[in-house]
Amino acid sequence: MDQYQADVVIVGAGGAGLRAAIAVAERDPLARIALVSKVYPMRSHTVAAEGGAAGVVQAHDSLEHHFHDTVAGGDWLCEQDVVDYFVAHCTEELVQLEHWGCPWSRKADGHVNVRAFGGMKIERTWFAADRSGFHILHTLFQTSLKHPSIRRFDEHFCVELLAAEGSTRGVLTIDVASGEFVLIEAPAVVMATGGAGRVFRENTNGGIVTGDGMALAYRCGVPLRDMEFVQYHPTCMPGTGILFTEACRGEGGLLVNRDGYRYLQDYGLGPPSDAPRNKFMELGPRDRLSQAFWHEQRKGRTFEGEHGSVVHLDLRHLGAARLLERLPQIYELAREFLGIDPALTPIPVRPAVHYTMGGILVDGRCAAPLPGLFAAGECSSVGIHGANRLGSNSLSELCVFGRVAGEQALEHARSRPLLAAHAAGTRRQAQQAMERALLPLARQPGRERLSAIRTDMAVSMERGCGIYRLGSEMQTTCDKLATLVERCDRLGVGQRSRLFNTEWLLALELGHQLDVARAMAHSALERRESRGAHQRLDGFEQRDDINYLKHSLATVGADPAGPPRISYGEVRITHSPPGLRAYGAAGEAAAAAAAPSGAVA
Amino acid sequence: MSARNIEMTVLRYRPEQDAEPYPQAFTVPFTDDMSVLQGLQYIKDELDASLAFRWSCRMAICGSCGMMIDGVPKLACKTFLRDCSPAGVRVEALAHFPIERDLVIVVDDFLAKLQSITPYIVPREARSPAAGEYLQTPQQAALFEQFSACINCLLCYAACPQYGLNPRFLGPGAIALLHRYNMDTRDAGQDQRMPLIHAEDGVFNCTAVGYCSKVCPKAVDPANAVNLNKMESAKDYFLRLLPGARSRA
Repeated sequence: MDQYQADVVIVGAGGAGLRAAIAVAERDPLARIALVSKVYPMRSHTVAAEGGAAGVVQAHDSLEHHFHDTVAGGDWLCEQDVVDYFVAHCTEELVQLEHWGCPWSRKADGHVNVRAFGGMKIERTWFAADRSGFHILHTLFQTSLKHPSIRRFDEHFCVELLAAEGSTRGVLTIDVASGEFVLIEAPAVVMATGGAGRVFRENTNGGIVTGDGMALAYRCGVPLRDMEFVQYHPTCMPGTGILFTEACRGEGGLLVNRDGYRYLQDYGLGPPSDAPRNKFMELGPRDRLSQAFWHEQRKGRTFEGEHGSVVHLDLRHLGAARLLERLPQIYELAREFLGIDPALTPIPVRPAVHYTMGGILVDGRCAAPLPGLFAAGECSSVGIHGANRLGSNSLSELCVFGRVAGEQALEHARSRPLLAAHAAGTRRQAQQAMERALLPLARQPGRERLSAIRTDMAVSMERGCGIYRLGSEMQTTCDKLATLVERCDRLGVGQRSRLFNTEWLLALELGHQLDVARAMAHSALERRESRGAHQRLDGFEQRDDINYLKHSLATVGADPAGPPRISYGEVRITHSPPGLRAYGAAGEAAAAAAAPSGAVA
Repeated sequence: MSARNIEMTVLRYRPEQDAEPYPQAFTVPFTDDMSVLQGLQYIKDELDASLAFRWSCRMAICGSCGMMIDGVPKLACKTFLRDCSPAGVRVEALAHFPIERDLVIVVDDFLAKLQSITPYIVPREARSPAAGEYLQTPQQAALFEQFSACINCLLCYAACPQYGLNPRFLGPGAIALLHRYNMDTRDAGQDQRMPLIHAEDGVFNCTAVGYCSKVCPKAVDPANAVNLNKMESAKDYFLRLLPGARSRA
């Protein structure tokens, strides 16, 4: 087993992990940083984000507007002090990215341009055409190469978060190429491993999005917060789930059903108008749009396609020139994957799982209850997304909280360095973790196939924890997941050599996915109300602020192979009491009523 | 959509036991919307779980799944089985790179080259976020934007005959990215980068075949970046001969 020492080890080298690493390197060039990623950094899933990143820049916009859009968009399940910090720091982070070379799209006068996005009152989404995540990731990765103190462990798969005596000690990883174990000891660990959308069947996520960091923290007793809130993005490619960005609608794209009717007007988002109107119709939030699709499907007003029901995303009126300027990747995806020219033909779309609002419980400093553990980005629940994330908040989150996590981890490492006395215990622990990770290789491969368990999980999650949920179906999913955990524990790997053994790593990933899936399903089952992305149809159709204006917490039980324990934590409300969450004309009326002086909040 | 079968012949290599790579054929049922990547996933899920290949986004932006498909460097995720010959399709690891296992190549060489080109903005002077963004007109941005679209998929290296002969050649992808930073009005790092352009393994290695640009899945046109730098480098060379000229190299 190879061994390294670092001051801060960061697991995950997407947007959040890279931003954390740069933050540490800038603050203390002598600090030893280990940046671990199971893929090369530029393959991380940040790369696939399309639409853009939110940051207030326009004179008629304000931090208060961004705050309110975010908190109402999250159906009041947000940590309001954290949202305050977030909106106050988005713009400086996006400017910082600009200084590092991010090619944000510009206005003719040379200033950065912004576009409209769903649920946002005023245009504040910075964009680099429709490749915003790609450019953010490559800008951060290439900028990170400036810092010799960042030691990269590319293609190293993290199998265990090591903790003892109530604090972190480092991580154990597998060097994918050699199959050898590598122990990285560090007093501070930053998890930045991204989301877990691959536990569902139809999703927009890359194959690597398997919730590893969430599972690793969970196994150390750290609660996963608000895991029942899983976002369905309304406009995805049927079959593959490939994303057509919300920016399609920000630029003026329309959603129509089989009758050519803009059906969103039937779901509290109207009235329709010719010009796009913020927070109306197609610029409503993702949860509401995905729910509207579900109803249209039930009413038989969708088109039937090879991969299920679809509606049409109509971009034709924007014209080829505008599409090529603002949405070149969408143009390319439609043409190459669907054989459709979106300037001439509407794009068939349907909802698919996109984002996990919940994640590793951390406070506003990105610190988890386990001292020494920090988390940032989609794997974390810092508290800004609540029950439904607004598009373009997550790319800003990567930067704002990636930096915070890096700086806080460095502080922690300085004040509580590892002691020589810890070393023997850490190595013993790593040895045990190594033996556990080797179990799938030690078992004889039987009849059980990894892909079959993975598919069963994804189908069951889709059935039980989809856009609308029923208690009985969620219970069935919980039960099914328990049997899948048992099946996974019997899984043997056919390839015996450890050299680049993807079969082995997939088995370990599947274990992570099942832990995360169980946290989602059990948290969902226990939440007896409807809020944001968690919508029930079995007598709990309303939001219930008396009993459930609370964060769910899924914690590993006494039996680690058993179901999670579900408990609840308080929501921090500073200055926006829960109100009516409305969009379209109803939203405008509600906002006017809340601000009788005429100053619409 | 009815399924037909296609024979996918995959180049296998198991470093622990094979002296050299060997082809293995699989029969894969496919529909018209299935990519070569989905064909490989079918093999891995249903026929042989040990098959190794890199992939993630399956939407042609992460750059993981570059491979030789019927001898041409392509992204497996946006090459469709319907477009392959009914007689079958041959899938091999990207040319010009050492094979790690099956379709997985060793990419260390490219990462070292990327590191070498100073792939970040070298500011003229320190600037804090409070000073706001740099102003850059769309015309100025257009000078480098195309080159910033490189997804590091390495198809251009597999296409480059010169890289095949001389692996020290900086190569199309790295030169495109070098040029991207040189052309950025925010950057003042050109003097650090140009020695790499002039050097023995710089742009004059290129024999102007142009295949790199042809295979690029993102229309980066690295050959154009190489050509522009050949001109720049030649100009530089002759300017140095003028009396009183200051060498930049």
